[in-house]
Amino acid sequence: MSRAVDFVTRRRGASGSGGKGWHWTDVFTWVWLIGGLFVMFAPAAWLALSSFKTPAALSEFPPSLLPYVTETVKIAGNDKPSPLYDVTMPDGKTARLVELRRVGIVAQMVDPASPETVIKVNIKDRKPVQKLHFETSNYTEPFVHFDFLRYLWNSVFVTVTATLITLVVNSMAAFALSKYQFRGQNAVLIVIVATLMVPLAVIMVPLYSVVSSLGLLDSLWGVILPTVATPTGVFLLRQYMLTIPDELIDAARMDKASEWQIYWRIVLPLSAPALAVLAIFSVVWRWNDFLWPLIVLSRSSLYTLQVGLNVYSGQLNVQWHFILAMTVVTMIPVVLVFVFLQRFIARGIATSGLK
Amino acid sequence: MGRITLEKVTKSFGAIDVLHGIDLDIGEGEFVVFVGPSGCGKSTLLRQIAGLDRPSNGEIRIDGTLVNDVPASDRGLAMVFQSYALYPHMSVRQNLAFGLENARMPKAEIDARIAEAARMLEIGDYLERRPGQLSGGQRQRVAIGRAIVRNPTAFLLDEPLSNLDAELRISMRAELAALHGRLKTTMIYVTHDQIEAMTLADRIVVLRKGRVEQVGSPLELYNRPANRFVAGFIGAPSMNFLSGRIEGVSEAGTLLRLFDGEVVTVPRRAEAAHAGEDVSVGLRPQHMRVAQAGENGVPVTIDMVEALGSETVVHSHAPTGELVLAVLQGQHNLSRGHNLKLSFHPDDLHLFDKNDRRVAGT
Repeated sequence: MSRAVDFVTRRRGASGSGGKGWHWTDVFTWVWLIGGLFVMFAPAAWLALSSFKTPAALSEFPPSLLPYVTETVKIAGNDKPSPLYDVTMPDGKTARLVELRRVGIVAQMVDPASPETVIKVNIKDRKPVQKLHFETSNYTEPFVHFDFLRYLWNSVFVTVTATLITLVVNSMAAFALSKYQFRGQNAVLIVIVATLMVPLAVIMVPLYSVVSSLGLLDSLWGVILPTVATPTGVFLLRQYMLTIPDELIDAARMDKASEWQIYWRIVLPLSAPALAVLAIFSVVWRWNDFLWPLIVLSRSSLYTLQVGLNVYSGQLNVQWHFILAMTVVTMIPVVLVFVFLQRFIARGIATSGLK
Repeated sequence: MGRITLEKVTKSFGAIDVLHGIDLDIGEGEFVVFVGPSGCGKSTLLRQIAGLDRPSNGEIRIDGTLVNDVPASDRGLAMVFQSYALYPHMSVRQNLAFGLENARMPKAEIDARIAEAARMLEIGDYLERRPGQLSGGQRQRVAIGRAIVRNPTAFLLDEPLSNLDAELRISMRAELAALHGRLKTTMIYVTHDQIEAMTLADRIVVLRKGRVEQVGSPLELYNRPANRFVAGFIGAPSMNFLSGRIEGVSEAGTLLRLFDGEVVTVPRRAEAAHAGEDVSVGLRPQHMRVAQAGENGVPVTIDMVEALGSETVVHSHAPTGELVLAVLQGQHNLSRGHNLKLSFHPDDLHLFDKNDRRVAGT
């Protein structure tokens, strides 16, 4: 533990002079890293904290970082619990009173101990009593009322299937482009990479008519199939496969391996780091897809999570507390996938058997 | 079985001709070494035989069967690569088994063959390790093991020792020779190192610029190089070349005048040579000795002396500026700037004409 602390607080200035100096690079590093951490992490942290707020707390201005609610007590004669306030009395003392009703800028308040005497208070002279409160019903309610599990299943199915097909199809294309010599090889690669420049918005309408004429509308396959061939994936894998020595493939040929076996048993395992990167990308892309599933899917039983979440933002009323809570839930799988796969990224095993 | 025949094999990459009509007959059980400077086409030739590349023209036959259109996997050959090309994600055992599994061999047979190869190559202790966890010499053994388990008609070895350090190279060389003695399988070995070629080969094929310069046993090549290139390539340090002129040919032999006016009688008749023809005179450094007083020889000025104990290497130049290297037996008290006369036995001279061919009859 102390070694970890030493490591994290290690400074250039301190090691050079033996003292506790700060080299300018130390300052720069700290500012850069902490700034980066803030820029990257603050929105996610704020999202997570806000997802526990009540609708009232969400609409509060200025917004608070932590989820607070106003404390309430039940007063005889009132059905609903009434909010508590700290009131500065005309004599300068403060008292904790309950608001019965409010008229304009004057609130009619009572002391919970003696609810008979009504005190009139200017709303400038009082402050709500707040306590930290995590509104877990933001999470539990959608599970009950909103078809969360079905949407989750649809999302998982789309993401997993699309990612598997992406890995297989893209790696096959990359294998051909990196390990076979054929006429027009570069032209094919350029065409594939050039499609990076075409955004979804441009091909949306033709893609829709293709999917429609294939009868894939309102089906999860209609969401999966148009997305599986990605130029990024082909390019990424091809560049990685170029680093796999040709001698390995020659050796496999001498070992009576068929071309399929070379691909499946030699090239694919050796491309694992690149495949892991592409898998992460693909999972994130497919999981976060919104527009294309929205276009293809019309039955609500087929909605993916992202499309399903859309029901909370109606034309007149946006239920932010549910949206925020469900956004947190939808983030979790992506984070887990990253945590699980990131260790494969740096591991380059392709060259360790040579020389 | 393992007879490999090449007939007029050529290979071009685009407009570049790499091999120009190679004819070669490799007998069963023979250890043949392709040797030549880098870029001479020796590895390309090996890849044609292996089936990893197709020749542009010509025929390759294995045991009499034309194999030009037979893919590498069906030629029954095994290859050891310069970089070993072990599959880095598989254990040594899986590396050895891969080729056999692809041939759909029964599991028991695979295990037996791996055990046999492991015993022969002493790699049994690390069958479960990955190639990345092995030293260079161990990887080399595994690479050879992968070839052995296949029980091939012939082994093709592409500079298999070039990634090892000098000491290991010498011991692996001896092991390879012993292995060939045991297996008695045809082996084709590619190297640029003439010492490997000399020590291992039954026959050496010297290649240059895609052409066969000479084929022969190591000593044939050493004693009677067919041309100046082979003479310079085979033998270390390489042969000295001095300019000379044929004065005349008689029954006694060839009368040769060296650059300094000295006349030597070579006791062989250069039949095709004519008096007055300029020749290149080849003389191996090992055949030089310090001339006794009054003896004829090449006068030189010493540039550098390397005393190795058992022998002394003298770098020097002749009055014409031609460099002369001599390996003298024993220890000599010589130093830079000394003038010296180096003599030789006329039997040891090699004569090459102006086309660099060996002068016929010498």
